[in-house]
Amino acid sequence: MTMKVLVPVKRVVDYNVKVRVAADGSGVETQGVKMSMNPFDEIAVEEAVRLREKGAAKEVVVVTVGAQAAQDVLRTAMAMGADRAILVRTDDTLEPRAVANVLKAIATREEAGLICMGKQAIDDDMNATGQILAAKLGWPQGTFASAVTVADGRIEVAREIDGGTEVVSLTLPAVVTADLRLNEPRYASLPNIMKARKKPLETVEIDSLGVDTASRLTVVSVAEPAERKEGVKVNSAAELVEKLKTEAKVI
Amino acid sequence: MTALVLVEVENGAVRQASRSAVAAASRFGAVDAIVFGDGAQAAAALPGVTRVLSVPGLVNDLAEPAADLLAARAKDYSHIVAAASATGKNILPRLAGLLDVQPIPDVVEIKDVDTFVRPIYAGNALATVRSADSIKVLTVRGSNFDPVAAEGGSATVETIEAPASEKSVFVKVELSASDRPELESARVVISGGKGLKDAANFKLLEPIADKLNAAIGASRAAVDSGFAPNEMQVGQTGKIVAPELYIAVGLSGAIQHLAGMKDSRVIVAINTDPEAPIFKVADYGIVGDLFEVLPTLEKAL
Amino acid sequence: MTQIEREEMEFDVVVVGGGPAGLSAAIRLKQLMPDAGVCLIEKGSEIGAHIVSGAVIEPRTLDELLPNWRDLDAPLRTQVTEERMLFLTETRSFAVPYLDRVMPQMANHGNYVVSLGEVCRWLGEQAEALGVEIYPGFSGAELFIENDHVAGVITGDMGIERNGEHGPNFTPGMILRAKQTILTEGARGSLTGHAMKRFGLRKGVEPQTYGLGIKEVWEIPAEKHRPGLVQHSFGWPLDDNTYGGAWLYHFGENLVSFGFVTGLDYANTYLSPFEEMQRTKLHPAFREHFEGGKRLIYGARALSEGGFQSIPRLIFPGGVLAGDSAGFLNVPKIKGTHTAMKSGMIAAEAVAEALEKDKKEAASMTARVQQSWLWSELRDVRNIRPAFAKWGMKLGALYSGIDSMILRGRAPWTLHHPHADNETLRPASVCTKIDYPKPDGKITFDRVSSVFLSSTNHEENQPVHLKLRNETVWQTVNHDVFDSPESRYCPAGVYEQEQTGENAWQLRINAQNCVHCKTCDIKDPTQNIDWCTPEGGGGPNYPVGM
Ligand SMILES: Cc1cc2nc3c(=O)[nH]c(=O)nc-3n(C[C@H](O)[C@H](O)[C@H](O)COP(=O)(O)OP(=O)(O)OC[C@H]3O[C@@H](n4cnc5c(N)ncnc54)[C@H](O)[C@@H]3O)c2cc1C
Ligand SMILES: Cc1cc2nc3c(=O)[nH]c(=O)nc-3n(C[C@H](O)[C@H](O)[C@H](O)COP(=O)(O)OP(=O)(O)OC[C@H]3O[C@@H](n4cnc5c(N)ncnc54)[C@H](O)[C@@H]3O)c2cc1C
Ligand SMILES: Cc1cc2nc3c(=O)[nH]c(=O)nc-3n(C[C@H](O)[C@H](O)[C@H](O)COP(=O)(O)OP(=O)(O)OC[C@H]3O[C@@H](n4cnc5c(N)ncnc54)[C@H](O)[C@@H]3O)c2cc1C
Ligand code: SF4
Repeated sequence: MTMKVLVPVKRVVDYNVKVRVAADGSGVETQGVKMSMNPFDEIAVEEAVRLREKGAAKEVVVVTVGAQAAQDVLRTAMAMGADRAILVRTDDTLEPRAVANVLKAIATREEAGLICMGKQAIDDDMNATGQILAAKLGWPQGTFASAVTVADGRIEVAREIDGGTEVVSLTLPAVVTADLRLNEPRYASLPNIMKARKKPLETVEIDSLGVDTASRLTVVSVAEPAERKEGVKVNSAAELVEKLKTEAKVI
Repeated sequence: MTALVLVEVENGAVRQASRSAVAAASRFGAVDAIVFGDGAQAAAALPGVTRVLSVPGLVNDLAEPAADLLAARAKDYSHIVAAASATGKNILPRLAGLLDVQPIPDVVEIKDVDTFVRPIYAGNALATVRSADSIKVLTVRGSNFDPVAAEGGSATVETIEAPASEKSVFVKVELSASDRPELESARVVISGGKGLKDAANFKLLEPIADKLNAAIGASRAAVDSGFAPNEMQVGQTGKIVAPELYIAVGLSGAIQHLAGMKDSRVIVAINTDPEAPIFKVADYGIVGDLFEVLPTLEKAL
Repeated sequence: MTQIEREEMEFDVVVVGGGPAGLSAAIRLKQLMPDAGVCLIEKGSEIGAHIVSGAVIEPRTLDELLPNWRDLDAPLRTQVTEERMLFLTETRSFAVPYLDRVMPQMANHGNYVVSLGEVCRWLGEQAEALGVEIYPGFSGAELFIENDHVAGVITGDMGIERNGEHGPNFTPGMILRAKQTILTEGARGSLTGHAMKRFGLRKGVEPQTYGLGIKEVWEIPAEKHRPGLVQHSFGWPLDDNTYGGAWLYHFGENLVSFGFVTGLDYANTYLSPFEEMQRTKLHPAFREHFEGGKRLIYGARALSEGGFQSIPRLIFPGGVLAGDSAGFLNVPKIKGTHTAMKSGMIAAEAVAEALEKDKKEAASMTARVQQSWLWSELRDVRNIRPAFAKWGMKLGALYSGIDSMILRGRAPWTLHHPHADNETLRPASVCTKIDYPKPDGKITFDRVSSVFLSSTNHEENQPVHLKLRNETVWQTVNHDVFDSPESRYCPAGVYEQEQTGENAWQLRINAQNCVHCKTCDIKDPTQNIDWCTPEGGGGPNYPVGM
């Protein structure tokens, strides 16, 4: 197999951090908080590395679009087994549409045979980049993947849907987005982290790609969700059922 | 302005989340619906829908032909809307990619035709965003929009050929074996905590779950004590749920638990301790012994 | 035990712990020996993630370590502008007059209020820029001993499942070989403990004593914020026999650091340091600062309070101790940052000398410490903390005034720490219960919602890192005699006693909540709690601001 797998990874506020809305409502305080690789992207990296280990792929290339500091997550991905990394450098925060434009340029340059990525980034929770990218490349998509098999130039993807699992078979090249149950990502072990320092990391200035990275959305404000109001106490199960039926209309 | 809503029909009935999407879309003007597979009739019966585009040939919601078809029709619409369901989230962003617009997922509030509120950071913040795209592609959260009724409308139906799909082929579908709905998508969730005392008592939740077609959840203390398996844990480190109705039985409502269920539409708490923090978020609370309350509740349902 | 195949990597120096001491040591080493291979490991998921401190810091050592720190955008931004020391009764407060003469240690002119976690992150960047290899998320689990000397450390195994078996993700820890190992694990370090035992480093010195510091960071309305305000208190709510007090610092962008230190030599088993800290906020001298504000972060950490008398031997074959691991904290000042940094620098200098001369022992460390200002600073205040233990808070304060003003630290005597902290608890039968107020959810809170704000997490499927060595001892001693003190002193609610039958009790250990403060390791009456280092990266995740 000579297939190259491209894995886009995003540096996000760590999932353990309780984010705080900035007092002026301009956004979320990200100054100085712990950042990590988007957990769904760890799963995507793991899957790509497993494909290479099984011989279904030749090389795993990770790419991130972000500031210099986003190198961290590339190093982590390489410690997990990715072969090399590309940092598309920008100080702007891009929307999924813009990220997809960048990724399309990289995928084309790298002649990727498969793009394996997270289904959603846990900061903006858009769950969109993979689908947009697939559309722009004209490739089929296997979103919310819980299992993948590569055989005979096709990829079979089990997808988590609302009531269970659906299986689709896609021609390659394709875009697959990883759901939580696809695998359990390995640790970046210390020896591998040490070795990853020596793997190649290429920096590409975003402007050199000449793609459209404009934003289509303006953030008007960011607010904290309203706190729930304390409700009422009822005296009996019968009264409760009555209220649920007539007042809340949920049953 | 006309909006096009992707309507999902299951077993002959329009999914509630899709009826909410229709309700949300009617804020923009007239509403057309598009239905993949059978079920155009059910969609035509929705109040407020003027026209149904029926694609009986596209049975399995494959994103590639579905997005192609929507893209071909998009120029007639100002907004293209779907429920924030697995189907909506699979197809609509792809459509946005074809149209080169930025999708707006998980809308919880519509401010005006181009301004929307959506949760970010797992619901810890709400962003209000304004879209500059000429066609807005959005998915909406069912729990935030009162659904339109299932009956009462009479839309015209136009049938469309399904485009062929070569790149993507449907293989099979397996629906969950359990006859209980999944935690994350269940309309009703009933969760038990340490107050249930042991694994045998935890079964007391089952008859009520059966009556309400509810999924069963648990607090971490209940999972740690072996009353319920891991995958039932609701909370910060478990599943995040936002059902229509959440019934918390014998659990205190620790902040880590609340993180996983505080967005439920209606919360009911049953607890002996009137000071338990769960009452702070509950719409309806019963201060009482669950061992007495549960059996009477079962009867009253 | 089966022998595990471990990978190895070789360095000149391995530093264990990325606090002020370890980072200063690493920086100093690279300044002295730019070509040396220096590796630093930190158990927190990033540098700063496990740091809890006040912190008002003296910039003295920073001036020595990085004299141009002001040009390097160092996060020392709030200078102390206003300070007071209050003696509290239940409803009133009295400011100690002539503070800089009566309690010169408490005078803070020229000092900075900082987030020490942020300072450490910055020091980490400086160290990396000099070529130090920093590996956060990895804990030192064992000393690597060869021919009876320390030849590096072994990092923790990852991916062991709850039942002790190797899971699919099992990755054995790695041997980090080093010519010299510097242990800077902070108070009550685990490897430090091993080294002390193995090489008898505590022989002839007094037991180390500790305090537990519990801290909250608040964001308050801008109109109330007085950057640089420093307020300390003693007296209420503690009784006269219990050492401790509160601090409150205004700093940064509308932030307030509030916390409470309780001497872990306290005697009343019913005392709860957590609740003492909570109720202090209700005192009129503190309350107004919090009204209208929002609590952002919570954390806790033990600090060494033994001082001069308790400093162990600093050198062992193959390495040295520095920072709070060695007990270099100036207790009356409650400042250990400048001393930790200084001892780290000295450690680096001694280690550099040993490397150059190819010696196994960094023998010059002790003499270097004794010749530095660090030694005289700690010697001069050596009697103050024991005086409080001996005579209580009020007389202790008086003694401290005399010692500082009249004797100027040169008293011809030295007061002692007669007991280790685990020996001071009194049986429940002779203790009075304390009636703590219920949390109001606005200014005071319960433990669970507090731990939430420490962002604590441990990978769930791993062996429990806190264990009872002997279950029966818990029942007969902790439960029957002391009425389960761990359920009160643990600031994270890790321990809960559970009734399992008539007259049968057991201890429930919610190890996942543990914020790594080390109090249980210190205070358990029979030292029956076994605190093992959990998988790296676990524990609290304190953000900048802490
Ligand atoms: C409403 C709104 C609010 C915003 N607020 C903030 C804010 O407060 N702070 C802020 O920093 N930014 C903000 N942004 C911009 C933002 O950071 C994102 O870059 C953008 O929205 C991408 O969305 P997503 O990551 O959720 O995409 P998703 O579609 O959820 O991402 C899916 C996958 O795409 C891949 N991917 C996504 N982005 C990248 C990338 N940059 N590099 C490589 N792979 C990637 C990953 O594999 C990821 O798992 C905001 C944007 C919007 C629209
Ligand atoms: C890092 C971290 C992550 C965590 N993640 C999660 C998570 O994802 N999900 C989660 O749930 N927890 C989580 N926790 C644990 C959480 O803090 C609580 O410990 C847990 O939720 C408590 O469970 P409980 O409410 O069942 O038990 P308890 O707090 O013991 O509450 C039992 C309740 O039952 C009531 N009761 C007792 N008997 C009766 C009776 N006969 N009738 C009626 N009521 C009765 C009591 O009054 C009490 O309120 C996490 C903790 C930490 C530190
Ligand atoms: C509540 C409180 C308030 C304080 N207030 C002040 C103040 O106002 N001013 C002041 O100057 N000082 C103050 N101090 C003291 C000061 O914080 C400490 O003296 C100083 O932090 C000690 O530095 P250190 O580097 O020796 O240890 P620490 O700062 O404790 O750092 C040790 C580091 O090593 C890591 N570590 C430990 N064991 C391992 C291992 N086995 N493997 C890997 N990593 C490990 C830890 O996670 C930690 O990051 C306060 C302390 C406390 C607890
Ligand atoms: S278990 Fe021990 S170390 Fe952990 S938080 Fe509690 S007292 Fe501190």
